[in-house]
Amino acid sequence: MYIVLNKDGMVIEKEQDVVPYRNRVKEFAVKIGMSLVNQTKLITAASELVRNMLKYANGGATTIEVISKGRENGIRLKFEDKGPGIPDVAKAMTDGFSTGKSLGLGLPGAKRLSSEFDIKSTVGKGTTVTLIKWKNG
Amino acid sequence: MDRIPILRMGNFLLVTIQVDLYDRLAQNLESDLVQMVSKTEAKGVLIDISALSIVDSFMGRIIGNIGSVSKIMDAETVVVGMQPAVAITLIELGLELKGVHTALNVERGMQLLKEKILVEDSEPDDE
Amino acid sequence: MQFEIAKTLQKKRKQVLEFWMQNQLKDESLREDLMSNDELRKESDELLNSLLDALTDNNIADIQSSDFDSLTEIISGISITRARQGFSPKETGNYIFSLREALLQTLHNDFKGDANDLLNATLQVVKLVDGLAAVTFDTFIKGREEVILRQTDEITEISTPVIRVWDGILALPIIGTLDSARTQVVMENLLVEIVNSGSSIAILDISGVPAVDSLVAQHLIKTVSATRLMGAECIISGIRPEIAQTVVHLGIDLSNIVTKATLASALRYAFTLLKLEVKKSTKSEAL
Repeated sequence: MYIVLNKDGMVIEKEQDVVPYRNRVKEFAVKIGMSLVNQTKLITAASELVRNMLKYANGGATTIEVISKGRENGIRLKFEDKGPGIPDVAKAMTDGFSTGKSLGLGLPGAKRLSSEFDIKSTVGKGTTVTLIKWKNG
Repeated sequence: MDRIPILRMGNFLLVTIQVDLYDRLAQNLESDLVQMVSKTEAKGVLIDISALSIVDSFMGRIIGNIGSVSKIMDAETVVVGMQPAVAITLIELGLELKGVHTALNVERGMQLLKEKILVEDSEPDDE
Repeated sequence: MQFEIAKTLQKKRKQVLEFWMQNQLKDESLREDLMSNDELRKESDELLNSLLDALTDNNIADIQSSDFDSLTEIISGISITRARQGFSPKETGNYIFSLREALLQTLHNDFKGDANDLLNATLQVVKLVDGLAAVTFDTFIKGREEVILRQTDEITEISTPVIRVWDGILALPIIGTLDSARTQVVMENLLVEIVNSGSSIAILDISGVPAVDSLVAQHLIKTVSATRLMGAECIISGIRPEIAQTVVHLGIDLSNIVTKATLASALRYAFTLLKLEVKKSTKSEAL
């Protein structure tokens, strides 16, 4: 597994928490020297997921970590909520945008912006999304 | 803090978004714009996002809404000043900014709007 | 009687170094072109001192011991430098193996004990130096990887130039395969240049792209879309007949992108978009 070099956490309860959360993620990304484009991708993905948490689960807990896989560092973000859960995760991960529909949960988009992406959900219990963005994408 | 200023530039309206929008602010902006377009009979709306380093689907929806609403009021919308990193991210995210034009900056945006309006007004009307 | 390996080797420090230098100079693969014998002696001396200073009878078979931290640092440094200078892995390995020989030679010369003790001592020294050799190979590989990564970056930089061919018109000759990493670089360079130069048209020439499959087409489409978000337009040129066929057979939809066969025709088209005309001069002066 990866070595954790630094860790922080934030509870998301209301919409006003989104921007401070994004800024925290940015701080971490800047510290490991991530390029502007990769930073933007990371923070945009994080924004999507954190808004999801607010919209569907009334908020949740997030963690921000600096991790290392030996020769490269990266940022790992976790989003844990106790919301209704997603009944069909596979379906939620397929794109609807090519048919002109709305972005839905924006999950496939967030995945495309990340280096590694994982989602676990149990109906009635909640959802946990973990994503990693390595420094060099 | 509560409302985003909307500037009038001749036939057009200019909105410069410099802070991250949240729900209430976004809703206010939409309704303020509709009112202004109606009141001034503006033919074009310019949304300057050169200060935004993050545009997510929430923001994308707002922009799309402004475009749609303006269109109904017979005004074209141009989004100007998108940062390169934002453009790259939006494409990867799969977010389509439908119903709005894009231009490099306000100047080009106004040029674009003028061309669009010229095309529409090419009725042989001697007014 | 416990044979005191550490003490013996420390006492015979000079002899070890001599044996080691002899072994190295004897070797046919010695790279006198990359390193002078004097430099070699100095480096070997430093390494040997670090080893013998840290060596005790307790840590002798354990290269992982923290006593050897400065030793492993020195050998890592030597190994990475060798990798960068162009020594082969074998040459770098032989550096360590010739040291092992020298240590053993010294031990055997001085041995005052029975065969069993000698065997034990030999095994311990061998184990120690093998550990050292492992560190050497590891850092050697890392050194080479750094070189490769750096070269890859340089190649990527060179092979995606953005050229201002006219006021408001950019040209990007893309040479080589267009993979996802390359596309990122192309998009970034292009969009930044659009902002810097205020260009409104970008010509992507793909005559240097060997094959266009659905993935490559996707990358091209993404680049075109991103350019449009910046208020500029893209023309793709350099489409070879084979590529045109592949695109159609794969069912790739390029219908809302302007494509031209050559950069020249793309440029001509760009001029018309900008309402520019190229006319023959009516002046009668010869060039």
